[in-house]
Amino acid sequence: MDGLRTPFLKVAAAPGPFTPVDLAVQCGRPLLLRQPFAPESFDRVILGCVNVLAEEMNPARVAALRLGMGDGMPAYTVQINCGSGMLSIDAGFQAIQLGDADLVLAGGSESLSHAPLYFNRQATAWFAALNGARTLPQRVAALARVRPGFFKPVIGLLRGLTDPVVELNMGQTAEVLAYLFDISRQAADEYAVESHRRLAQAQERGWLADEVTPVFTGDGKCHTADNGVRPDTTTDRLAALKPAFEKPWGKVTAGNSSQVTDGASWVVLASEAAVARHGLQPRARIVDSQWSALDPSIMGLGPVLSATELLKRGNFGLDDIDLWEINEAFAAQVLACLKAWRSGDFCRTVLGLDGALGAIAPDRLNINGGAVSLGHPVGASGNRIVLHLANSLHRLGLRRGIASQCVGGGQGGAMLLEAV
Amino acid sequence: MVIDILSHSARLELGPAGDQSPGPWQHWRLARDEQSIAWLLLDRRGARVNTLDEEVLEELDDILATLEQDPPQALVIRSAKPSGFCAGADVGMFRGVGDPLPVIERLRRAHGILDRLERLAVTTVAVIHGPCLGGGLELALACDRRIAIDGATLGFPEVLLGLHPGLGGTYRATELIDPIQAMTLMLTGKSAPAAKAKALGLVDAVIPERHLAGAVATAAAGKLAQAGRPWHRRLFAIPWLRELAARRMVAETARKVNRQFYPAPFALINLWRNHGGHRKGMRVGEIKSFARLVTSATGQNLIRVFFLRETLKGLANQGVASRGQADQVAASGQVIRHIHVVGAGTMGGDIAAWCAFSGFRVTLADRDPSVIAAAVARAATLCERKHLDRPGKRAVLDRLIPDLAGDGARRADILIEAVPEDTAIKASVYRELEARMKPGAILATNTSSIPLETLRAGLDRPERFLGLHFFNPVAQMQLVELVSHDSVDGACRDRALAFIKAIDRLPAPVQSAPGFLVNRVLTPYLLEAMLLLDEGLTAETIDQAAVDFGMPVGPVELADQVGLDICIAVGDMLAERLGGDIPAVPGWIRDKVAAGETGRKAGKGFYSWRDGAPLKQRQKAAGEREGKRDRDLADRLILPLLNACVACLREGIVADADVLDGAVIFGTGFAPFRGGPLHYARQRGIGDIVSSLELLAASHGGRFTPDPGWRDLS
Repeated sequence: MDGLRTPFLKVAAAPGPFTPVDLAVQCGRPLLLRQPFAPESFDRVILGCVNVLAEEMNPARVAALRLGMGDGMPAYTVQINCGSGMLSIDAGFQAIQLGDADLVLAGGSESLSHAPLYFNRQATAWFAALNGARTLPQRVAALARVRPGFFKPVIGLLRGLTDPVVELNMGQTAEVLAYLFDISRQAADEYAVESHRRLAQAQERGWLADEVTPVFTGDGKCHTADNGVRPDTTTDRLAALKPAFEKPWGKVTAGNSSQVTDGASWVVLASEAAVARHGLQPRARIVDSQWSALDPSIMGLGPVLSATELLKRGNFGLDDIDLWEINEAFAAQVLACLKAWRSGDFCRTVLGLDGALGAIAPDRLNINGGAVSLGHPVGASGNRIVLHLANSLHRLGLRRGIASQCVGGGQGGAMLLEAV
Repeated sequence: MVIDILSHSARLELGPAGDQSPGPWQHWRLARDEQSIAWLLLDRRGARVNTLDEEVLEELDDILATLEQDPPQALVIRSAKPSGFCAGADVGMFRGVGDPLPVIERLRRAHGILDRLERLAVTTVAVIHGPCLGGGLELALACDRRIAIDGATLGFPEVLLGLHPGLGGTYRATELIDPIQAMTLMLTGKSAPAAKAKALGLVDAVIPERHLAGAVATAAAGKLAQAGRPWHRRLFAIPWLRELAARRMVAETARKVNRQFYPAPFALINLWRNHGGHRKGMRVGEIKSFARLVTSATGQNLIRVFFLRETLKGLANQGVASRGQADQVAASGQVIRHIHVVGAGTMGGDIAAWCAFSGFRVTLADRDPSVIAAAVARAATLCERKHLDRPGKRAVLDRLIPDLAGDGARRADILIEAVPEDTAIKASVYRELEARMKPGAILATNTSSIPLETLRAGLDRPERFLGLHFFNPVAQMQLVELVSHDSVDGACRDRALAFIKAIDRLPAPVQSAPGFLVNRVLTPYLLEAMLLLDEGLTAETIDQAAVDFGMPVGPVELADQVGLDICIAVGDMLAERLGGDIPAVPGWIRDKVAAGETGRKAGKGFYSWRDGAPLKQRQKAAGEREGKRDRDLADRLILPLLNACVACLREGIVADADVLDGAVIFGTGFAPFRGGPLHYARQRGIGDIVSSLELLAASHGGRFTPDPGWRDLS
């Protein structure tokens, strides 16, 4: 129906000015204001968010209340790592299909700059012992057991980006794919440069004006545009960067990976009945969605599995899909997906197809940039790519598109949209 | 029309007296519960708010007699009114009193009654919800214990009326808690929220309503501990310690207030300095001092100002429907919930911030997001100044919605335009707004210089267009001029009045005319100051003369604060539309403005400004200056202002002299202790004013010619 997101803001050293709910409120307010119906008309609110803050438990509900949607608004939060922002749309889609809801507000929000620092396990145990000590001698004994190492904090963000089963962080899974599909450092850097160029162009031409709304801090600053973009970056500059995750021979750097970012996004979903009742003008129809799972160490191939299911079910070839949004977790990861679809072996063995699916034309994929230049607020990205896909189909007068992202932990989510 | 702002339904635990039909007394209800605890409810007949007067206190005396005969287990005193415990003594009781002796008698009688309450052998507990001020607090202090309900506020606002507590508060408060803290409360007139009151020891517990039954049972059993107070408070019984503290208080008070014009705080300090810690002497002193203050000209004038404020507030009640109509109104969707402000500059941004603070949802539109961002920052500062806690501040900022697309216009009940003073710009804004606004919404302009008749010309529906003229800074200037042109719809006007009340401002209904009321009367005052500068007087001298008269700031400093460019623009506009009485601005001042020296905002105007304060040369002390010359100087400044007031009254720009006096006081800070410009004129003598004007006209020019309206003033 409609949607709005905040500018995606690169995380600096200190916590940013917005919590996940703050971000959701900032882009939710103008979105609700421009609907022809009152905020109370929604039937439920669903929000994807991975780093939930203790003071904002069930951020969907806190956001719904702060947005003035009324005490009577059911709201819940969903989490499937990087797919959370798309899972919220999927959940809303299903509720509408079932007839449980007519109007759903589905979004995603992430404030990685607020990701907490944790005390490690020994420190936590020590605090518990101290708390349980009742007499003075007990307390003194407990205090005496303290060690300096207790106070080295565990950076929540690092922990969160490391898969606990295969013990690889996300960047390392991209290295695995770069190896398996022979993606060169050069190719990844070139892809990254192009992502920045496309985003810069979109900003300049005003193609994001209807999709991005400014955010305002309490101390008088406003941010109007995604600020991770480097329009003047070159492959030479990127070539100078050292590998970020596996030194010194790795191929994945900070320059060809998605950026660590804060951001939020919402979409308005409506049933046909609601469209009729409120006289709404839909932009796109959700036709199908798919969640697939695979080995966590190659999670970056998630889009290949999930999107292919959509193609199979709808009996589509690559030519039938006008636009693709594949979340750029890492340049190498996107390139690996494209190579997988071009490989006859892969398509036959893994995807159960007759042969290679084919090549996706670069001018149909991530046409206005992606997470490499925009940033990847984990819980919000899935929502942004669906919103942007719908808006792009509409702007360019095209018919069909697929949005998809890989998910840490070894999954992939994909959604098929048709312009209305 | 009913204004619906996030209201809190308050259920009061009233004990056994809550359900009773009225008993033998008009203003009190008394009953005992199963534990034989007597519940005494104050419910002043026919009033929304409890106040104390002689009738109420005499009934209390009666009640105390019956309780002495048949003592209960304990006595609980609380208010039955949702509006709060008690707002203080009925100010009307002292209106027009000139002779201190009868006042002393009345006070002695009232004291006797409160003493009887204090002496009552059983445990007495005051339960306080909402505001507990002045005499109400004095009533509570006569009890053994005080329990505050969450959200209660306690204070002594008497000093704001040119008085101090007169029902025993000066000694009971300084005995109960740290005397310095008690004196601070009484000298500032500021209210303490419940938590602070507990920290001071003014109340012994702060609870939500749902725990009242348990707290009362504990208190009745004598087990409610008194709140902690600092041990050192007893030291102030030592005279020289009090003397030191009193000197400090005098010095600090003198910094803020002119002793000559506002004697009350100094009288209070003297009272404590001389008698602190000794009840008998302090009581006699308190009664005498109060009687002196209330019968003085200043006291009477400040009481008049209190009633002027009530008058203006009462105007807003025209806009509030009676009970029966309220439901209809709410059902028809005419409740005001959403305000849309166009223009996020100094005025627009601050108006939006104030409305959000007052509980409304506000959309703030501007073409430039950085201007909106600055307005949001000012709103955050406002929240901090008002001591909102984090959730409170966050709620206000959530309600203040930046609206670059202007979508809020479709939902707003009142749309306020605050864009630059340019007819073409405003016209295009109105076109956009009229295309989107709800049929029942009101379109208001904050213009100060463009006639409403000009602005309404291009409108589809001019009957819902009016002026809401705010003053800078919005959070501190209580006045809003509600400007009507001749085709305004009455219902819209009433709704606008109700809105002004809902945002806790004072409305001054005025007719559309150049400068409306406040700018029209202030401009001659400011321009006269410029002429005096041109004649060679220093800015400091001119300002001092005005401050000596009682104005809060002098005209030169005020002109710098408003902005010399704005002053000149308003002056030119008035000159053009009203004719010859407006003096011409000297050329060198226009050059100054052209060069960018526009006043405080530019860092330099007539004064150099640093950190928001003007740099002034030291003045000779008051005794060294010539008294007569100062009076003449003050006359040259103030009489044109009075003359303009009379013109406004004569032309029917404002309905009556009281509304005019109130508006000028709250819109300009005109010496409140003088009771308003027209009241001052009457007190001084109309004849004297007119002849002074004629003399000035003879020596300085036709602009001093007395307005024909003076003849009709008595």
